[in-house]
Amino acid sequence: MSVSWPHAFAVWRRSASMYRRTWKLTLLPNFFEPVFYLSAIGIGVGAYIEQMGGTSYIEFLAPGLVCVAAMNGASFEVTYNVFVRLHYEHAYDAMLTTPLEADDILIGEIAWAMTRVLIYGGSFFLAVAAFGLAPMPSALLAIPVIPIAGLLFAVVGLAFTLRIPNMDLFSFYFTLFLTPLFLFSDVFFPIRERLAGPLLLVAELLPLLHPVRLARAAFEGAWSWTVAWDLAYVLIVSGALLAWTRRAIRERLIS
Amino acid sequence: MTTPPAESIAASDRTPRADDSSVVEIRGVVKRFGAYTAVDALDLDVPRGGCFGLLGPNGAGKTTSLRMIYGVTRPTAGTIRVFGIDIGADPRAVRARLGVTLQENVLIEALSAVENLRIFGRYHRLPGAELSRRIEELVDFLELGSHARLPVRALSGGLQRRIAIAMSLINDPELLILDEPTTGLDPAVRLALWSRIRDLRARGTTVIVTTHYMDEAERLCDRVAIMSAGRRVCEGAPRELIETRLAREAVELDCTRAEAVRLEAALSGAARPLRIGNRLTLYSDDSDPVVAAIHRLDGGERRALIVRPANLEDVFLTATGAKLEGGA
Ligand SMILES: Nc1ncnc2c1ncn2[C@@H]1O[C@H](COP(=O)(O)OP(=O)(O)OP(=O)(O)O)[C@@H](O)[C@H]1O
Ligand SMILES: [Mg+2]
Repeated sequence: MSVSWPHAFAVWRRSASMYRRTWKLTLLPNFFEPVFYLSAIGIGVGAYIEQMGGTSYIEFLAPGLVCVAAMNGASFEVTYNVFVRLHYEHAYDAMLTTPLEADDILIGEIAWAMTRVLIYGGSFFLAVAAFGLAPMPSALLAIPVIPIAGLLFAVVGLAFTLRIPNMDLFSFYFTLFLTPLFLFSDVFFPIRERLAGPLLLVAELLPLLHPVRLARAAFEGAWSWTVAWDLAYVLIVSGALLAWTRRAIRERLIS
Repeated sequence: MTTPPAESIAASDRTPRADDSSVVEIRGVVKRFGAYTAVDALDLDVPRGGCFGLLGPNGAGKTTSLRMIYGVTRPTAGTIRVFGIDIGADPRAVRARLGVTLQENVLIEALSAVENLRIFGRYHRLPGAELSRRIEELVDFLELGSHARLPVRALSGGLQRRIAIAMSLINDPELLILDEPTTGLDPAVRLALWSRIRDLRARGTTVIVTTHYMDEAERLCDRVAIMSAGRRVCEGAPRELIETRLAREAVELDCTRAEAVRLEAALSGAARPLRIGNRLTLYSDDSDPVVAAIHRLDGGERRALIVRPANLEDVFLTATGAKLEGGA
């Protein structure tokens, strides 16, 4: 991979300059979405649930929603925003008239998506900790799960964005892909206790379950061999999709 | 012609063939998209320090050729050297020394010219202080004035085009590539842009420009190459092309196909015909016998004629317009 880090940083700065102008508009909704889930479902629905997975329901929700915050932080950036830069602003065509190369663009964009992941995932984690829902110090180990989950969803989203011809298809991505992940990845209930064999297998192949299990292991301080499998899954799938997006961005930009 | 002829002649004397002074050297380049051949066996040398025009009808392969020069389209066959560097081997080194204004503007509409220039300058890794100095110079050079601080989307097409050109000058390039810089601009803005391009040329910048305006190419370019269907059909200084490939004068008239056939027979090769629809143009170094032949054909009643010096548009049409003529 021929990444020039200073050039990738210039790509990162383009997005950062644009974000600086609009962060007040996007930060609040993105931050409050998981807070609403946590409070409405945790406090509201949680009142009717004695316990789940050995804790109160709101405590059960917290680690999964940290991962969801990371997933959302990455997803909006690498879908709509990258699509607009690619097809409407022709930002990458402009970059390729300078010493920048396709790899610098890819890494700069992923780095920027990761920055948003850290902003959204990190601030939500702080909120969870402030409400006393993150047992210390074991929950601190969930902090590295935020960029791990973020990277995974950055490359998953990019792989989709770089292949689709028009923006309408993002509704499929969000409604038919991210929403079921959100609902069936151990965030709201332990799927192992409610889903049957083949469905469990499907869930095991999908990306959100693994970061959620890692974050939950950190919150509970209960480590098992599954953690190794979850980590391996996240690293292998991220690596494979990174290689794939590298090819895809080249094919999009260079003829 | 408004261009001082001395300038064109001097330019045409400049090394037409490859040597060390060629900034761009294209050899046997072919570009296929699937089964379609967009650029075919192209050889081109762009001499250092002049303005080089790349002309041709829509789809001739101009943009594709330019993209291959700065390395975002890869030739199917052949080699391209820019500043003596193989573009496929080291595109970063080449692109650090050139600037490109794309056919479509790529400005960030919500930002001002100054902010756009700053973001773009970072792609070249210009340090902050030098970048600020370059931005100030370019705002002056392209006379952006107070418009430089307004969001780009609030500006006219002419101003946006000037900002796009300013961006491609941010790294003080040795080679400036302009893909249709004046399309859609009003005459005054076009004139102003030509004078900026001449300023750059005077400073030693090599300029490659594509345009569909032949008057522009004739006035601005030291050399032009005309492409058609991916091939180079002719190349030279504009005046030289007009006189060697065509003739000094042109006579234009409206006539039917049958009349045209009779007239061409009467002239028996004394003038070169070009027919597009009902319009017939006859090229010859001396138009008097041509006009006389037309009057003989008309008998008593005389039709409207235009007698004028031949220009680059005539060369363009005779070199590329064969299909139009056949299809009309
Ligand atoms: N990426 C591509 N894939 C397939 N065909 C392409 C691609 N890029 C260009 N072409 C085709 O190659 C031909 C030459 O295109 P090019 O853009 O170079 O023409 P041009 O001379 O710049 O035309 P114009 O004056 O309209 O800008 C066209 O027929 C175009 O459709
Ligand atoms: Mg073009």
